[in-house]
Amino acid sequence: MKTFKIGGVHPPENKFAWDRPIEVLPPPKQVSIPLSQHLGVPAVPVVAKGDKIKTGQLIARGEAFISANIHSSVTGTVLKIDDVADTSGYRKRSIVINAEEDEWDEGIDTGGELLTEISLEPAAIVKKVNEKGIVGLGGATFPSHVKLMVPKGKKAEVLIINGVECEPYLCADHRLMLEKCEEMLVGIRIQMKALGVGRAVIGIESNKPDAIEKVSAAVKAWPGIEVVSLKVKYPQGAEKQLIKAVVNREVPSGKLPIEVGCVVHNVGTAFAVYEAVQKNKPLIDRVVTVAGRSLKKPANFLVRIGTPVSVLIDAVGGLPEDTGKVINGGPMMGKALSELDVPVTKGTSGILVFTEEEAHRKQVQNCIRCARCLTVCPMGLEPYLLSQLADKKRDEDCEQERIMDCMECGSCLYICPSGRPLLDQIRVGKARTGKMMRERSS
Amino acid sequence: MSEIFNQITVVSVVSLGAIGSLAAVILYFVAQRFKVIEDPRIDQVADKLPGANCGGCGLAGCRALAEAIVKAESLEGISCPPGGDDIMKEIAALLGLEATAQDPMIAVLRCNGSREHAPPKVAYEGVMTCAFAHSLFAGEGGCPFGCLGCGDCVEACQFDAMYMDRDTGLPVILDDKCVACGACVKVCPRTIIEMRKKGKKDRRIYVSCINREKGGVAKKNCAVACIGCGKCVKECKFDAITLQNNLAYIDFNKCTLCRKCPPVCPTNAIAELNFPPRKPKAEQKEAPAEA
Repeated sequence: MKTFKIGGVHPPENKFAWDRPIEVLPPPKQVSIPLSQHLGVPAVPVVAKGDKIKTGQLIARGEAFISANIHSSVTGTVLKIDDVADTSGYRKRSIVINAEEDEWDEGIDTGGELLTEISLEPAAIVKKVNEKGIVGLGGATFPSHVKLMVPKGKKAEVLIINGVECEPYLCADHRLMLEKCEEMLVGIRIQMKALGVGRAVIGIESNKPDAIEKVSAAVKAWPGIEVVSLKVKYPQGAEKQLIKAVVNREVPSGKLPIEVGCVVHNVGTAFAVYEAVQKNKPLIDRVVTVAGRSLKKPANFLVRIGTPVSVLIDAVGGLPEDTGKVINGGPMMGKALSELDVPVTKGTSGILVFTEEEAHRKQVQNCIRCARCLTVCPMGLEPYLLSQLADKKRDEDCEQERIMDCMECGSCLYICPSGRPLLDQIRVGKARTGKMMRERSS
Repeated sequence: MSEIFNQITVVSVVSLGAIGSLAAVILYFVAQRFKVIEDPRIDQVADKLPGANCGGCGLAGCRALAEAIVKAESLEGISCPPGGDDIMKEIAALLGLEATAQDPMIAVLRCNGSREHAPPKVAYEGVMTCAFAHSLFAGEGGCPFGCLGCGDCVEACQFDAMYMDRDTGLPVILDDKCVACGACVKVCPRTIIEMRKKGKKDRRIYVSCINREKGGVAKKNCAVACIGCGKCVKECKFDAITLQNNLAYIDFNKCTLCRKCPPVCPTNAIAELNFPPRKPKAEQKEAPAEA
């Protein structure tokens, strides 16, 4: 079975919510929609306090090249434009809206009918994706329209669709592939048309046999789209690793996938593209997995952007008593929440509840030179060395040892038998080295 | 046998001697050609400096400062914080220059968000450096401006002038050891530590908070946060206090240490250090007189 060659780990999968169908969560009473839910420049609000807005209406415009539009996820009145705490506890500019009865903005098709005819031209598709605020839903939230524009002098040859979902616990993409398979395939064809490529490969890990079966059967009707079953290994969902696994090409250090003729999109993004182009619907909701060992009823919810996390927790029956930590995202790369009032954003793929016992890190002990971090690093780096160099503030040596190639997947931290905070130190070093390199080039 | 031996000895002594002399001549000319003429005063000045290489003067080390001093025509604006005025006077005498008196400075922690005042809401288990904690989250107490308590400043201090108070989770600066080199100011990712005038009899008054959020938000996380109410600004007769971005700041050059502002602060965010304990009424007259 195909997979990437260097490193990788296989944490317990714990996909508790895999068999739970996607439930539509009704819009909450109040949403707070951050202006920066994507990589790049924050969007600029186009509404003011007291404005009446409809569901799907544009509320903030992404004016820079790498930015994204933001639309209202509810119908209601703008209560305020203020700083609201995000996952990290830092306060970011957000638009707070009091919700009323849902009333969709004009031109949005809310019917469930499948539209397979693609009438728009490539340039119009890119424009539509940009307009509707689509970003990468795998977690990195990179504006999708940028990825659909092939830079001059480069040629896209193959579109890779990420249905890997290598993070434990998360099932949002899995459910989407099962329940919205046809829509997703139309979305993929729209992206193929925009990029001008004739081939698309959907990579799915072998722990989702039902999804592989379903999608494989469905792609038979669409020439050019194929499905590849991949060995279960983290971090296969990372762009470079996925390209290596699926088409066996290596993206050079510091370069983008287009360098080897590849463009990677998530299955969730493909579905969002379908909705934007065919149904005219902006990105105002997404599938979020709520799971954890202690939760009796784990679930997959279709949630409006801006819904407080506490609403999701209440929907699965509230926090169990022995909860030690609530994580936004997957257990490997997600972030612990400091409060439950933070909103679901475009990048929220899961809300995980960990018990007190699971919540803590191992006690830090001395490095025993076992080199396990080295064997699992998917980028072929030496985490033990990088962490030491970063700790000693030897930034030039860090650069030499390619610290900037680290994608912060956390495999080293996961595998270390001494519980050393390898990734923490590497992140500090990476920030400092990056700063040094920017200063040097400017 | 001895003849051969003598011959070898003579040959080797002569040849080695010749090579040696030749090398000496070459070295002499090379030394002349690439001679570095250094002002002998640099060494003399460097000897006077503390030699801590702390960087408090803003230069790479004591040697760099010595070079700068010798090159400079006046000592205006040049200072050695750990050495203080005494050393600068000695150096001035050596070079025949005039030493300009500098006010002694000291590092001050502008955060009082101890565990008691800003109770931890979450627990941090990552690596104990503020640089990482700052990039990760707002802090255990929830204040995005406050001290993270990982002790990067304590580690940066070369003079053992700081330690971490385990009970409060805040660093403590020792007045008698701090030389105002500014290493802690530079390393703090939130620039909580400020270099302020040491003040008469080591007395200092400052706003012990840098939270620029609106009052209500700041107060929610920390009981002793500056809420930007402006009462101290009204109280101050010397225009020493300014209010900007919901935060009061006391200008230490204008402050007369009259002690009028701390009592009016509704959140006790203004700290006063090394003053005698307040006595009812009596000190009200005494304090301004001292200033």
